[in-house]
Amino acid sequence: METLLEPLAFGFFQRGLLVATLSGALLGFIGVYIVLRGMSYIGHGLSHAIFGGYAATQLFAAQFYVLGAGLWGIASAIAITAVSRRSRLGADAAIGVVTTASFALGVALFSKFGSAGPSFDNALFGSILGITDSQILWLLAVIALTAVAVFFRYRALLFTTFDPDVAQASGIRVGRIEALLMVILSLSILVTLTVIGVTLVAAMLVIPAVIARMLTNTFGWMLALSTLVGTLCGLVGMYLSYYAGVPSGTMIVLVGATVFLIVLGMTGARGLRRTAGMDHPTADRSRVAA
Amino acid sequence: MTALLTLSGVTAGYDATPVLHDVDLAITSGEFTGIVGPSGAGKTTLLRLLLGTLAPAHGTVERAPGLTLAYVPQLETVDWNFPVTVFECVLMGRTSHRLWPWPSADERRSVAQVLERLGIADLSGRHIRELSGGQQQRMFLARALLREPALLLLDEPTSGVDINTRHDVLHLLGDLNRDGMAIVLTTHDLNGMAAHLPHLVCVNGHIVAEGSPEQVITPEVLEETYGAKLEVLQHLGMPVVIDGGAPGRLAG
Repeated sequence: METLLEPLAFGFFQRGLLVATLSGALLGFIGVYIVLRGMSYIGHGLSHAIFGGYAATQLFAAQFYVLGAGLWGIASAIAITAVSRRSRLGADAAIGVVTTASFALGVALFSKFGSAGPSFDNALFGSILGITDSQILWLLAVIALTAVAVFFRYRALLFTTFDPDVAQASGIRVGRIEALLMVILSLSILVTLTVIGVTLVAAMLVIPAVIARMLTNTFGWMLALSTLVGTLCGLVGMYLSYYAGVPSGTMIVLVGATVFLIVLGMTGARGLRRTAGMDHPTADRSRVAA
Repeated sequence: MTALLTLSGVTAGYDATPVLHDVDLAITSGEFTGIVGPSGAGKTTLLRLLLGTLAPAHGTVERAPGLTLAYVPQLETVDWNFPVTVFECVLMGRTSHRLWPWPSADERRSVAQVLERLGIADLSGRHIRELSGGQQQRMFLARALLREPALLLLDEPTSGVDINTRHDVLHLLGDLNRDGMAIVLTTHDLNGMAAHLPHLVCVNGHIVAEGSPEQVITPEVLEETYGAKLEVLQHLGMPVVIDGGAPGRLAG
């Protein structure tokens, strides 16, 4: 009990714990759609692209860096979707070029001009130092937006994730739903970036969703379980990072990886089989069920 | 007999390479049509034009106002690892606006009824991978029927299923058609499928011929469609195609 309460005496830890837990929940939730669409790599790329946007914006208008990075991220996301819709083959390459170039630009600008916000290490691996009220409000706003969007477009999101062609033939505006998802994804990465870190955000999009998939065959349950796992990773990882004295993002991801191994041990081959094809949307589609 | 969909002078394809040229085709209410042709002939392209998921490069596609379509995809194109149960999958068919994510009592009843009608009511809670090919086909039919469509389109509904299932699917579609639903399907199976349908459209880059099986399943039309000489025999009043020269060509 003492162990749990002691760090809470610090204001920075309270904020950190709140943000880490909410970030874990948000990434766990949205990660289900990302992983099932085989878009994990897009999440990885976007976080790097947003870093470039952040570094560039703060040079001109430090106070608007969230806005600048957000717009940069959304623009990258829409560009990537447009390219990947036209030719699936080119998507990986497009992500690789656009987002790593953006990341490299960010690193160059950071090294040359320094940062008005978090330090370089903190930006890469996450930090709970200097979390402002406005960051917490941004995070809450994105969570609210995500919850509302998924609540009201639940079936359309599910249908387009499962089978975009049939969804479109059934009158769903697939393009709009995909754009909505990309906006939510960009914003989610943006508001969780400080605590989790640029290089580790993608892991928190993927790990909870994969764990949840190993545990259930039902979509609704997968959403709930993935959110729960993400929440727990954020909560537990935050405490461990405090005691171990390492960046918050690293511990949150390590907790996730540990839970993954435990679940893998429990579900074995059956769990792994369920995740087949999640790395690539088309990989498993040539096979007819036995 | 009103026109549900009318294609006039349509040329269409992908990335500026036309697959279909100058197609005129009308789908009318209550008809039951099979689109036949070899692989790469444009069957799926034609289907996508009818569905509205592909826009024509030239020409027009006219759709009757308020037309409700439903589509049953080829089983091979589906991600069977996707985490949905049969119930969740069928419910996707109800796309009309309901604010809440969870199904209403009315929707639950509708899903149960359509699963009952297709004989897979007991599979409602199963994961989609646990189903046999025939059951998977029925599940997608259930999802389509939940939309109460005026026009049902199916892409190769009998590929990847056994003979019994093919027979069942054909019967089921026949019943639906008698109840007034217009049905259009693609098939490469001339003897098992196409010969049993009342109306056929032969496609090979353009529409080669259109009419009843007796009118269309002739050596001349088949040669133009498949680019191969095929023999046609009559058996119990139905045409039977013999592919002597090139085994497997029809199965492509």
